Amino acid sequence: MALLTPQSTTDRDDASRPTGEHVARVRGHHRSFGDTHVLRAIDLDVRHGEIVALLGRSGCGKSTLLRSLAALDPVPAGEVEVSGRTGVAFQEPRLLNWRTVHQNVALALLNSPERKQRLGLAEAALAEVGLGEKLDAWPLELSGGQAQRVSLARALVSNPALLLLDEPFSALDALTRIEMHQLVIELWRRHSMAILLVTHDVDEALALADRLVVMDAGRIGRTWEITLPRSERAPSQPDIARTRAEVLAALGVRPTPRNPRRDPVTGELGPTHHQPTKRGAA
Amino acid sequence: MDTTTAPAPVGVGTGVGVGTDAAPLGRPPAVRRRRPPVHLLRRWVSPVALVGLWQLASSTGVLDERKLASPAQVAATAVDLVQAGTLGTQTLISLQRVGLGFAIGASIGLALAVVAGLSRIGEDAIDPPMQMLRTLPHFGLVTLFIIWFGIGETPKVALIALGATFPLYLNTLGGIRGIERKTLEAAKALHLTWAQRIRHVVIPGALPQTLVGLRQSLGIAWLSLIVAETIASQSGLGHMINHAKDFLQTDVIVVGLAVYSLLGLATDAVVRHLERKALAWRS
Repeated sequence: MALLTPQSTTDRDDASRPTGEHVARVRGHHRSFGDTHVLRAIDLDVRHGEIVALLGRSGCGKSTLLRSLAALDPVPAGEVEVSGRTGVAFQEPRLLNWRTVHQNVALALLNSPERKQRLGLAEAALAEVGLGEKLDAWPLELSGGQAQRVSLARALVSNPALLLLDEPFSALDALTRIEMHQLVIELWRRHSMAILLVTHDVDEALALADRLVVMDAGRIGRTWEITLPRSERAPSQPDIARTRAEVLAALGVRPTPRNPRRDPVTGELGPTHHQPTKRGAA
Repeated sequence: MDTTTAPAPVGVGTGVGVGTDAAPLGRPPAVRRRRPPVHLLRRWVSPVALVGLWQLASSTGVLDERKLASPAQVAATAVDLVQAGTLGTQTLISLQRVGLGFAIGASIGLALAVVAGLSRIGEDAIDPPMQMLRTLPHFGLVTLFIIWFGIGETPKVALIALGATFPLYLNTLGGIRGIERKTLEAAKALHLTWAQRIRHVVIPGALPQTLVGLRQSLGIAWLSLIVAETIASQSGLGHMINHAKDFLQTDVIVVGLAVYSLLGLATDAVVRHLERKALAWRS
């Protein structure tokens, strides 16, 4: 079981990951609600093991595209192809409050071939997100960050080929968000699934993704490939700073003078310049 | 039909229906604070004092024994009735009526709520007539029921069933509606089948509200029983009370009323216990 045995702990930022094979392929995808065209002729490929960040302003269609990929909405045949399983985590944890943390995660395997081992797998998945001690807790007893980790464990327990994250960190406080970024990267290194991350946080996208895709008014706009290893992606790094400015411009944000209060490493705004603790290799 | 007895059961009914008032629709019952034992003891002082005053008024002749028997007399009569087997027999008959009527009404209410809650068509078909019928004071149907069903067991059970149907219907439907669309969507993203979503999301999600409805339905079932038994009955607690009225046996009447409220309190306590067990996740 790939979930239990870490396949590789080496930094996969190099070009060693498989390319050419796509875990998801979207062609000429169109969605409209009444007279409103939410998605227009979307073409998007997600390679195996790749992290794609989908950026855009509210209402640009990025969440709708994620819903199409998650098969949450009916989609015209042939427009969206996903090979392998998908796992989804939303902005809110969306746990079943009347089931324990353990049961919540195990439910994701109810219709999978591993259904017999689902409790053991759920336990392992929870241990992976650092909640091995919270198996029997009720969701309402958890903090926001813990609940979101359960949600991640639930999305990952079925060992999906494509993990779909719909702004999963936007409701968390800044510190918890950084921890979650590190956790996602750790899990990604271990499981080598592809991730489609819908976000409107440019810095989050720059820190996590191999590819940034900006969406605007239901269309795919500019795309940036980031080849720099994640450990070297400081906001002050010239390539990152330039990409950041370009992405913001593509999103229609006017450039602002550099804020001296912005932490040079994390890009977080704070009252001091204290070096934040670095955890993991992220 | 004897209408002069009507006020008595209604008055008792408010006592029986404690659960109805304690948990208003749409709000889960509050978590009960633990009181220190001294405080609990203190809460018994005034009820005991009131019974003492009652006894004093009876003993001194201030309270006419023909209007209201003394507590001591009531207690003695209760012992007599139990020993003679009358109280047990009549209570059992009443319990059977309320049990059967409640089971029928609750099943209908639950089934209709599930159908209306899970399908648009079901809701459009079921909800309008239910909303109209629920405003009908169901005690007003007693006359019709007697014309339709005579004066046997059927009109009594039907009245209880009708009364119990609506609170469970309304609350269960409200509970199903109250489940967040986002939670259901998450279950869909986990590839749960329709039946699995019902089992793991809809039923447990609607349960808190359903239990509120259960308590209200039970309260109304007891009320309906009292009304039905008081109006026309050859057996049961209501009959015992009515019979005693003809002989001005106020002690027997009070014993009957006390049994009614104890039964109401007991069923309410059972549901409260169920709530604590089933809704542990909300603590």
